[in-house]
Amino acid sequence: MNAWIDIAALNDIPRQGARVVKTRLGCVAIFRTGEDQVFALDDSCPHKNGALSEGIVHGASVTCPLHSWVISLETGLALGADEGQVATHQVRVEQGRILLDATRLAAKAVA
Amino acid sequence: MTRKLVVIGAGMASGQMLESLTGIAPDAYDITLFGAEPRGNYNRIMLSPVLAGEKSYDEIVTHDAAWYRDQGITCRFGEPVVKIDRSQKHIVSAAGVTPYDKLVIATGSASFIIPVSGNDLPGVIGFRDMDDVEQMLAAARKPGGKAVIIGGGLLGLEAAAALNGQGMEVTVLHLMGNLMERQLDPAAGYLLQKELESRGITVICKAFTKAILGKEHVDAVLLEDGTILGADLVVMAAGIRPETRVATDAGLHVERGIVVDDAMQTSDPDILAVGECVEHNETVYGLVAPLFDMAKVLAQSLIDEPAAFVAPAVSTKLKVTGVDLFSVGDFAEGEGREDIVFRDPARGIYKRIILRDDKIIGVVMYGDTSDSSWFFAKLKAGEDIGDIRDTLIFGPAFQGGAQADPLAAVAALPLDAEICGCNGVCKGSIVTAISDGATDLAAIKAVTKASASCGNCSGLVEQVLASTLGDGFVVPAESPMCGCTTLTHEDVRRIIKSQALKTMPAVMQECGWSSLCGCASCRPALNFYLIAEWPLDYADDAQSRFVNERNHANIQKDGTFSVLPRMWGGMTTPDELRAIADAADKYNVPAVKVTGGQRIDLLGVKKEDLPDIWADLNEAGMVSGHAYSKGLRTVKTCVGTDFCRFGTQDSTGLGVKLEKILWGSWTPHKVKLGVSGCPRNCAEATCKDIGIICVDSGFEVSVAGAAGMELKQTEALAKVATEQEAIDVTVAFVQLYRENARYLHRAYKWVAKVGLDWVKARVVDDPEQRAALCARFELSQSVYRQDPWAAESTPEFKEKKWAPLTDLTLEAAE
Repeated sequence: MNAWIDIAALNDIPRQGARVVKTRLGCVAIFRTGEDQVFALDDSCPHKNGALSEGIVHGASVTCPLHSWVISLETGLALGADEGQVATHQVRVEQGRILLDATRLAAKAVA
Repeated sequence: MTRKLVVIGAGMASGQMLESLTGIAPDAYDITLFGAEPRGNYNRIMLSPVLAGEKSYDEIVTHDAAWYRDQGITCRFGEPVVKIDRSQKHIVSAAGVTPYDKLVIATGSASFIIPVSGNDLPGVIGFRDMDDVEQMLAAARKPGGKAVIIGGGLLGLEAAAALNGQGMEVTVLHLMGNLMERQLDPAAGYLLQKELESRGITVICKAFTKAILGKEHVDAVLLEDGTILGADLVVMAAGIRPETRVATDAGLHVERGIVVDDAMQTSDPDILAVGECVEHNETVYGLVAPLFDMAKVLAQSLIDEPAAFVAPAVSTKLKVTGVDLFSVGDFAEGEGREDIVFRDPARGIYKRIILRDDKIIGVVMYGDTSDSSWFFAKLKAGEDIGDIRDTLIFGPAFQGGAQADPLAAVAALPLDAEICGCNGVCKGSIVTAISDGATDLAAIKAVTKASASCGNCSGLVEQVLASTLGDGFVVPAESPMCGCTTLTHEDVRRIIKSQALKTMPAVMQECGWSSLCGCASCRPALNFYLIAEWPLDYADDAQSRFVNERNHANIQKDGTFSVLPRMWGGMTTPDELRAIADAADKYNVPAVKVTGGQRIDLLGVKKEDLPDIWADLNEAGMVSGHAYSKGLRTVKTCVGTDFCRFGTQDSTGLGVKLEKILWGSWTPHKVKLGVSGCPRNCAEATCKDIGIICVDSGFEVSVAGAAGMELKQTEALAKVATEQEAIDVTVAFVQLYRENARYLHRAYKWVAKVGLDWVKARVVDDPEQRAALCARFELSQSVYRQDPWAAESTPEFKEKKWAPLTDLTLEAAE
């Protein structure tokens, strides 16, 4: 079951940008693409934990600001020659509001 | 007894519904139709062609009074319904009460009138009905009339094109960054804007209307930025608002529109609603296709036949003669989505198909929409296009066909496009030289001088050769700018300049970018090139900047930032040092470091603390040191004649002056300066991008040093007698570097490429060019010589940029 939490308005995030949601399990980066798709990933590059939320968003990918790994916003997988994956969270937009599924965040807390 | 049906509203949905109803059950109801307008039903979609003079009112009438009469419908046109009494089951109008068994609300929508002062002045109108059109046509008959259209969506642009065609001077104000942003992506929006501008329509995007001015009648529109636009007519086309008043007053369930179920029934079982006034599944509709679907469903419901409205895919075509534009689908949705993009700069064509799981979910086309129905059919059918994916974008005629032409962008350049900026050589001269027998770069260089100076345009010259000679010429492989284009940095820069491209979508379209909106490599470069070329026109795009420049601080490996205030020429005061110490204490700064650039770095500051620490440092008179930027970093100095017994000139004073002139400017890569007061060179000036050594007789300016991964001594550029000349030569050099170097090339790399002599010829030997370079630098600095810390430590920025979106750690644990 999903546990949708209303976190912000879509317009609180710039296009081709990201902002973070602080959680007890670290920050989750909420990305908004040039075309208003929204994605949520742990804000930590699989390489050296760089803040993905500070990267440049292009298409449905983000380039990590520390060492330029490119991460797919859709799958969390590192693209190109690099190998690694960052956890993703379900997120959706309804009436201009962003809803984040906190199920995994809660499950991790229990585990 | 025949049941009584009352219909409120005589628009298109209402007309369609009555046509369906009388078609399937002519005698089911005794029908009374109320309409606020004193006329029957006409095709509202065709108001734009009427406004443009391409059609007359009579041609767009769909149901006139006679038609309604023939169907046995009692028409009460020009008689608005003021109230619904649900307990008595009657409605109230000017003539009294009319009872109903079933009631249909089809009140449509009204133009959204933006809430600014003056919005009720005569001359301010919407664009919804024939009355509006008549008012607009009356205004257009006045010679030299000016119209301002608020809203750059479908309706606003149709009005703009029509009024422009009627001879008015038209300005379109649009709140968003590109026209029709709900239907078009930025690339197609750019092409549309270009087309409208070529017709003489002024388009202002990101325009915030502050007020509408005038006493008896509108005479101007005031924007937030202080711009005043003269206006005899203001058309509000900023959206529509469902007309729900009568339903709200009756206590029906109303959200944005009157809420209906799949059978078009409202919260009252005897009241139904249809058209633009309704909300179905949280969606409000404004295009005609779904409204007609609703009308048919409602007719079925009225005769108690089960029927359900299903929202269809809706496509958009702009009804402006000569503009081919098509858009369908919702680009905003869908994970696992892929794009196929095709651009033909020569013909102004842009096509984009959005796929998910090998099915088309969206299409945007501009310039050539001939295949739109083919794509639309595949979208509606949900057809699997996996097998034809590779050639899908070329449409039905080209299945298995051609490849995109990598030379298209250069082939598209007009003959008067300047290819070589140094020697002023246009494409036409090169083409002429080729037809006269030149077949390679050296021959072109010899005949036309193109690429004979800095050589930056040699790639472009080769592309002209290739596009002119065809297979007779093979372009030597030089690395393109990035995977999004086949052009080199230099090619792109030349095209930005010669074609006056002033936005990123413009560059991507005209240079034939193969990606939708660039990548992490080309976007920062393009952002810089556009800033450098069009300082007054181009708006810096923060999202195309690397994190450090976006956040005005250097990111550290743990995600914290470093804060480094400017110390002009390396000079500071006890008060500044106290303020730095206080800030370090207040924000628990873990490390304080003296840098090689003669200033103090505060390392390990949390992102959300940045605006506060900046505000504190601003308070003490300090500004950003730009230790993070591809721009001016530091000017390192020694104490010079002020204190040093060997000093020959005021090196500190010169350093401070230079830093105050140069700070805030953006450059291809970082720029560091040093000014030493004597040849002992204590400021280590001779390994900087620009180093000045003071001597008794004046100043030795040298450039192109490096002390990083490469170590290189500066080369002498000029020896000048006065401090002012030293400043001018330095500023001119920086500007020449800004205008010509490839993004991320340090000055030494660029000088090695173009040659020191080429630089000298412009910066030193030719006083006119030097002065012009300095003037262009100063123009740019009129925009960019400002402190980003002060700009972004405001409460608004704190909330919108620096704070987390939300903090779930504060939620109670469950």
